[in-house]
Amino acid sequence: MPGITREEVAHLARLARLELKSEELDHFAGQLDDIIGAVARVSEVADQDVPPTSHPLPLTNVMRADEVRPSLTPEQALSGAPAQEQQRFKVPQILGED
Amino acid sequence: MTVTELLSYDAALAAYDPVMGLEVHVELGTKTKMFCGCSTELGAEPNSQTCPTCLGLPGSLPVVNAIGVESAIKIGLALNCEIAEWCRFARKNYFYPDMPKNFQTSQYDEPIAFNGYLDVQLEDGEIFRVEIERAHMEEDTGKSTHVGGATGRIHGASHSLLDYNRAGIPLIEIVTKPIEGAGERAPEVAKAYVAELRELIKALGVSEARMDKGQMRCDVNLSLRPNGTEKFGTRSETKNVNSLRSVERAARFEIQRHAAVLSSGGTIVQETRHFHEEDGSTTSGRIKDNAEDYRYFPEPDLVPVAPAREWVEELRKGLPELPRVRRNRLREEWGVSEHDMQSILNAGAVEPIVATIEAGADAAAARKWWMGELARNANEQGVALDELPVTPAQVARVAALVAAGDLNDKLARQVIEGVLAGEGDPDAVVEKRGLKVVSDEGALGAAVDEAIAGNAAIADKIRGGKVQAVGALVGAVMKTTRGQADAARVKELILEKLGVSEG
Amino acid sequence: MTDIIKLTAAEIAAKIASGELTAVEVTEAHLARIEAVDEKVHAFLHVDREGALAQARAVDAKRAAGEKLGPLAGVPLALKDIFTTEGIPTTVGSKILEGWIPPYDATLTKRLKAADVVILGKTNMDEFAMGSSTENSAYGPTGNPWDLTRIPGGSGGGSSAALASYEAPLAIGTDTGGSIRQPAAVTGTVGVKPTYGAVSRYGMVAFSSSLDQGGPCARTVLDAALLHEVIAGHDPLDSTSIDAPVPPVVEAARNGSVEGMRVGVVKQFSGEGYQAGVVQRFNESVELLKSLGAEIVELDCPSFDLALSAYYLIAPSECSSNLARFDAMRYGLRVGDDGTKSAEDVTALTREAGFGDEVKRRIILGTYALSSGYYDAYYGSAQKVRTLITRDFEKAFEQVDVIVSPTTPTTAFPIGERADDPMAMYLADLCTIPTNMAGNAAMSLPCGLAPEDGLPVGLQIIAPALKDDRLYKVGAAVEAAFVEKWGHPLLEEAPSL
Ligand SMILES: [Mg+2]
Ligand SMILES: [Zn+2]
Repeated sequence: MPGITREEVAHLARLARLELKSEELDHFAGQLDDIIGAVARVSEVADQDVPPTSHPLPLTNVMRADEVRPSLTPEQALSGAPAQEQQRFKVPQILGED
Repeated sequence: MTVTELLSYDAALAAYDPVMGLEVHVELGTKTKMFCGCSTELGAEPNSQTCPTCLGLPGSLPVVNAIGVESAIKIGLALNCEIAEWCRFARKNYFYPDMPKNFQTSQYDEPIAFNGYLDVQLEDGEIFRVEIERAHMEEDTGKSTHVGGATGRIHGASHSLLDYNRAGIPLIEIVTKPIEGAGERAPEVAKAYVAELRELIKALGVSEARMDKGQMRCDVNLSLRPNGTEKFGTRSETKNVNSLRSVERAARFEIQRHAAVLSSGGTIVQETRHFHEEDGSTTSGRIKDNAEDYRYFPEPDLVPVAPAREWVEELRKGLPELPRVRRNRLREEWGVSEHDMQSILNAGAVEPIVATIEAGADAAAARKWWMGELARNANEQGVALDELPVTPAQVARVAALVAAGDLNDKLARQVIEGVLAGEGDPDAVVEKRGLKVVSDEGALGAAVDEAIAGNAAIADKIRGGKVQAVGALVGAVMKTTRGQADAARVKELILEKLGVSEG
Repeated sequence: MTDIIKLTAAEIAAKIASGELTAVEVTEAHLARIEAVDEKVHAFLHVDREGALAQARAVDAKRAAGEKLGPLAGVPLALKDIFTTEGIPTTVGSKILEGWIPPYDATLTKRLKAADVVILGKTNMDEFAMGSSTENSAYGPTGNPWDLTRIPGGSGGGSSAALASYEAPLAIGTDTGGSIRQPAAVTGTVGVKPTYGAVSRYGMVAFSSSLDQGGPCARTVLDAALLHEVIAGHDPLDSTSIDAPVPPVVEAARNGSVEGMRVGVVKQFSGEGYQAGVVQRFNESVELLKSLGAEIVELDCPSFDLALSAYYLIAPSECSSNLARFDAMRYGLRVGDDGTKSAEDVTALTREAGFGDEVKRRIILGTYALSSGYYDAYYGSAQKVRTLITRDFEKAFEQVDVIVSPTTPTTAFPIGERADDPMAMYLADLCTIPTNMAGNAAMSLPCGLAPEDGLPVGLQIIAPALKDDRLYKVGAAVEAAFVEKWGHPLLEEAPSL
């Protein structure tokens, strides 16, 4: 298994929206390399013909009836908002598509 | 906006073969959201239809809406798909402020429906088969309003405001396989496919599929390859094309744009594009580089969906007649041409006509009113036919009055006008406006005598054999009766009185 | 006063029901204890004095009015700060949720309130339940009441310390890889990870959804059972909730016995890294089980050797997605919003400032394991390991009724010792993780003090899924035998604070 580089950590941090500091990149790169080196053992079973388990219990078809339940009030919904305006969540400019 | 080079459509098709992929998102008409019990009613106050789950509050969990699954299966069956015996939801991970959890609960490699097709009928009656790759369940995002920039655009905005009422509304995403072999008819196929899909969704009763309300949205993926080659070219993805006409225009524009780029030796960039309603053009959006990595994995908070075969078969049995099949049946029943049927469809008149016939009118009359007077009216007001303030039953009543000879066409139009103006039912309008055909033979006879007496010269001509001159006398009678006479009867009476027989 | 705080939950409930004590007296005694010792222990992040007293008064009023009281009416409880509490701060031990007041109660919170349990406050934990020492709390570490310079276990160190310091007779924990059992082991208390799906996760802030499970923490097996019965049961708001009756855990706890039971000892739960005193106490426990009439069966579960590796792929993967919602848009911390930065930048700056090292490490690890080129090798393989572990358990439970092991390889280590060595820290969960992977049930209860350091050692009992009652049947028998042998509950040997 390949090790993990500082650049790779920087790329992952971008994907995960973490503005890591330069020293953190070095620090994590070293630690993650160790951890990945250790946990990479699981790939021993990669070729085995075993179904993967995503859910610990074999439940299926858990569904609810299409019936309206009470929502929060707008005040409750917005109660934790860092900023709000016109009963909406106010967020910094979104760098969008157009 | 930069001016985009285009090649003429004919030149483009002379050199290149278009391949299309269409992705349609349909908002289901369920009462509640896909994963929580919040109402989906449109037009509510901002953030009044949210809960811990659809706001993505810490600790909240999703539970699947059974009608959402049922609707997905119905759509899959109607599209001739196989229905998965076992499938899971997956998380599609990416950050965006309109998505409360920063992952979309969707389906990835295990869609609930896959491998189907939809036959669509082109204007000339030809059937084109569009293969369906998959139909899967997912959820909608919240709505952002961009503040401080020009005309509410995201670009240049100082901040945005988010309303999560729409977040979590169930969506079905329907993806075609690459559509090949449509050639120059590709834009027409695209439009016909989306139109047919919309009819199908409506017939299934799972959504109103109103494109103008965003309940149905289409992405048009298009690439060109040199004629006679196999390998697909690089595609562009034109997002959120929101009317049938736009679907056709977007496909056409992209064919011409791709052809211009390719024929001048350039390469197509894989990117999203935005369609512009005003001039039918598209402009560049986001480049699809490989940095995009959605890190899909099975949603651990939802258990697998394993639709029982009996349930699937029961749903299959309950499917309505396919819109295309039904349309062809109705066309034959009504005795209209392919072309006329297409016009009826385009006008959105199929359902109103069916309902009017069900209310007792004959097919010709129902068609005449909906495609004539009413279509004109709807057009003028810029509303859909079914939004006019007149019911099929009312139209049927007008047709019945005409058939009984109580109204002539001119009067009937006035009755319709009255109904549309909110003056009440047809009978009430007739009553209030005094719009009965004058059928009292005595009164009519007097009016005829008056007309003969007042137009002696014309009467003589008629007596002399110039029967076609009768029109002028009929006109005079209609004038004195203020149009409330049956013109045919008036003509009969005049000829009778003048002792002339027709032909 | 001292007497009240030493009572078990069962005793308190009985005395309140009989009128010997009022709920207000009991609550005040515990609030006073918290005031006296929590500055040293730091088990609580938030004490809800007014709310607790109001709840206690309501219980007393109910009793006065002759209304029926629940089995734990008026009994104080320390709630891990991972469950949402309407109107009461919920931080999950993280700066990113500092000051957040949820607009809703977790299902577990609702159940506790409906059972008239008195919620004293919210307990400290490793940030987002990631850790085995409670050192990863953004609000400072918790001390182990046995030795305040040592860790109380984690992530639920606040809950275990609250029990061991007599600040509360009951507590709630959550267990993703051992966060209920390991803290119980190192503080000489009892902790149960129920079968996955037994206790609703609705309102429990997610770390790793397919592994997380809330459960009871107490000082006795019976108390744990009484609490288990209150918090378990089907919840339509949690799709992974078991829709079946709760196993008869209280009945089992009242009728402890191992007579005629087959008890498994797994080869893989031994070897390098196990402290001598831990092994010694474990071996004595096995002897004790034999003497009580159990048959011991040696088991081989080879997949367990891969459990830790698989866990450190699955849990980080799920957490990288679960924690994406902390983006500074709708709630919680927002950093760097100066009117010029984009939402994307503000999100990244906030997450950088709001998450601690361990959380960041796991988010990056999980992001890596799920990314397109690595998914099959890492996440995919880890899910296969999960299947193998489940099969090993299935095979094992064909031969035995329960499995026993040490809960954790060592006793409580000093605060700071493993702080910058994540791999060493992860070893604390070696014996507890397989159960989370397979979704079955397990308990930790005290089995003595390690001779070399005089610190508590935990015995883990593992039962098949849905057979949680077996834990209590075996646990109660073991507990009774030990208490008889020691002449008192183990916790009596803890130094007074
Ligand atoms: Mg989609
Ligand atoms: Zn909701």
